[in-house]
Amino acid sequence: MTNTVTTSSSTSQPLLEVRKLTKFFGGLRAVNDFDMTIQPGELVGLIGPNGAGKTTSFNMISGLYTPSSGEIILDGQNIAGLEPHEVTQMGIGRTFQNIRLFQNLSVLDNVRVAYHMHAGYSMIDAILRNSRYTARERELTEQAQDFLSIFKLERIQHELAMNLPYGEQRRVEIARALASNPRLLLLDEPAAGMNPAEIVTLMDLIHFVQERFGLTILLIEHQMRFVMGICERITVMDFGEVIARGTPKEIQANPKVIEAYLGKGAAHA
Amino acid sequence: MEFFFGSFVKIVAVVAWVYGLLRVMGNSSKLVKIVGIVAMFGIVQVAILVKIGDDAILNSFDTGLLFQACTMVMVALGLNLIYGFNGQFSLGQYGFYGIGAYTAADITYRWTNGQASGLIVAGIGVVLIGAVILGLNRFLSRFRGLPVLSAFTLYLIGVIVAGVVAYYVGATIGDALTPLFGSTDAPGILRSDIALQLVFVLAVLIAGIFAAEVAFLFGLPVLTLGSDYFGIASLGFTIVVNTLMVNTDTILPFPEMKGGQGMIGIPKVTTWFWAFAFLLLVIIVMRNVIHSSTGRAIMSVREDETASKAMGINIANYKLLSFVIGSLFAGIGGGVYAHYIGFLSPGTFDFIVGFNPLIIIVFGGLGSMTGTIVAGFFWMFFLEGMLRVLLGQMGTDAPTWRYVLYPITLLLMMLLRPKGLLGKVEWGFLRPEEVTPRRTAEMLNSATGVMPTVK
Repeated sequence: MTNTVTTSSSTSQPLLEVRKLTKFFGGLRAVNDFDMTIQPGELVGLIGPNGAGKTTSFNMISGLYTPSSGEIILDGQNIAGLEPHEVTQMGIGRTFQNIRLFQNLSVLDNVRVAYHMHAGYSMIDAILRNSRYTARERELTEQAQDFLSIFKLERIQHELAMNLPYGEQRRVEIARALASNPRLLLLDEPAAGMNPAEIVTLMDLIHFVQERFGLTILLIEHQMRFVMGICERITVMDFGEVIARGTPKEIQANPKVIEAYLGKGAAHA
Repeated sequence: MEFFFGSFVKIVAVVAWVYGLLRVMGNSSKLVKIVGIVAMFGIVQVAILVKIGDDAILNSFDTGLLFQACTMVMVALGLNLIYGFNGQFSLGQYGFYGIGAYTAADITYRWTNGQASGLIVAGIGVVLIGAVILGLNRFLSRFRGLPVLSAFTLYLIGVIVAGVVAYYVGATIGDALTPLFGSTDAPGILRSDIALQLVFVLAVLIAGIFAAEVAFLFGLPVLTLGSDYFGIASLGFTIVVNTLMVNTDTILPFPEMKGGQGMIGIPKVTTWFWAFAFLLLVIIVMRNVIHSSTGRAIMSVREDETASKAMGINIANYKLLSFVIGSLFAGIGGGVYAHYIGFLSPGTFDFIVGFNPLIIIVFGGLGSMTGTIVAGFFWMFFLEGMLRVLLGQMGTDAPTWRYVLYPITLLLMMLLRPKGLLGKVEWGFLRPEEVTPRRTAEMLNSATGVMPTVK
């Protein structure tokens, strides 16, 4: 463990605390003793070269992978080893590096799937088409539509997700993750494949949702301009280990980070 | 030529009838809906009864096709739920169809032969087994990370215990009821026509639920396999069920089913009314499930399992749920079929013909309920009705050619319309409820209003 820059010693309970998280794939140690603390309302970046273990850490936090060892504490509760759907129900929403929308469903239905766990009616209600179904389904649809209009997606609500341009698919995916009502939002390379203008729009969007929904956000990103421009704190990983933590300024000046990205010797240049 | 023309008119009429039925069912006015459904039922009933010349408008051959089309649509809708909507490739549908047919047939067969125990054992059995499954399901959900095979073992033990209890209770009560049947000369109160109709309806429902319960036990461990492996395993299931059918009188204790010879003497209770009623029931349940939050969860599993999990959806549960409902439909279809034809042979449920519902749903469009219904009727009236007879006129062996023509039709279909006959189009009743646009973004100021209200 190196360069542990502790950021705040505030007494408030962190929203997410990751302790000594480790993941083996066979003999390969993909993530080794990963530690991280996120306070409520923070926007934290996780960066590192390809294969550094960022997405693996994400997948462990969101429950897709079971950690080999370590703890993931969300609001005082250890969620390591829970099923992904349980993690989502605990309040962690996420997007994916390669967009994973429900391609053959409409934009509206994509969002309504995220509302499923709060649907408030059972399948029996649906089969009987009783008043509870009618009321809750209308409420749920209206919420989803209002939600889409916040993201300026209401005009394309009936389009199939597969027919949308890339940038809009990203927006829908973020909207869908937010619709699951998370306390912590994990964004896996939200700016991947975007041009500079789109990245600016995305940064605005992320700032907007953070303020509007009082969210805590953890994001993985490769685009330095994006990360440096948006994150309050950054954690850098390389070869499965955390090599640096700090504010964007500190990270930019950190020789280990420069070395990890540009190779040995670059830091002295 | 005259036959060709007549068949053609019938096919068009049947498809138009399906369209009309779905349209009136989808009408917003309750009165129009009820009158319309009765009218759509009546039209066919009249066509069955009214004679032109010697024959009815729908002669016995046509009515046969009609009944088979109804059961086929039920079976295919179930498979569409499993494969088309949930994305789990299954070849087991005919196994559940067969289970439903034999279960329902055995209940009414025993009833007409003065044995109430069949109904009582099966009735108490499915209720107890259902209770055990639901109870265990609730109980086991408390335990985290329970291996699926351990859960399966517990369910299996529970089901066997429930079955044994049902058997002994049924045997006791059944014997007590037997005197009420009376003798053949002087039938008792239980052997009236009304009693038989009632028993028939119960038998069909019990058969459906039984098939669903078998589907639960089979699906629980097997659905954890990936989709393709699941397909192979479900094919195995159909073959096992078929083998059991052939050996009902040897390795299974059901001599009245007569094994490979086929079961005879099943009361022919299925009238057009019942076929129509059960078809309607299946269509309504299917549509109500699909156009609900549950349906969207089921479809999200098909679209992307990982994303579905990340949306808080327990995908294993929804795979199992759609498999169970799909098999329920197959079981009901089987019960209706058995009482129309009055004869069951294991050959009817052979795994080769088990591909029929699969062809129908692919033909009609995966994930299209309308497509399945239309394709089911079309299949019966065009391929089984028209083509078979036309080929028959060409020579005694010619009908065999239809096994060459079906696959070619399917092949052409796949090449020309890979999304199926109707694609994603749904008619009338089956269309999702329309969603009207809402206020604009400027009018929305509170962020809290759009977050889901947890209840």
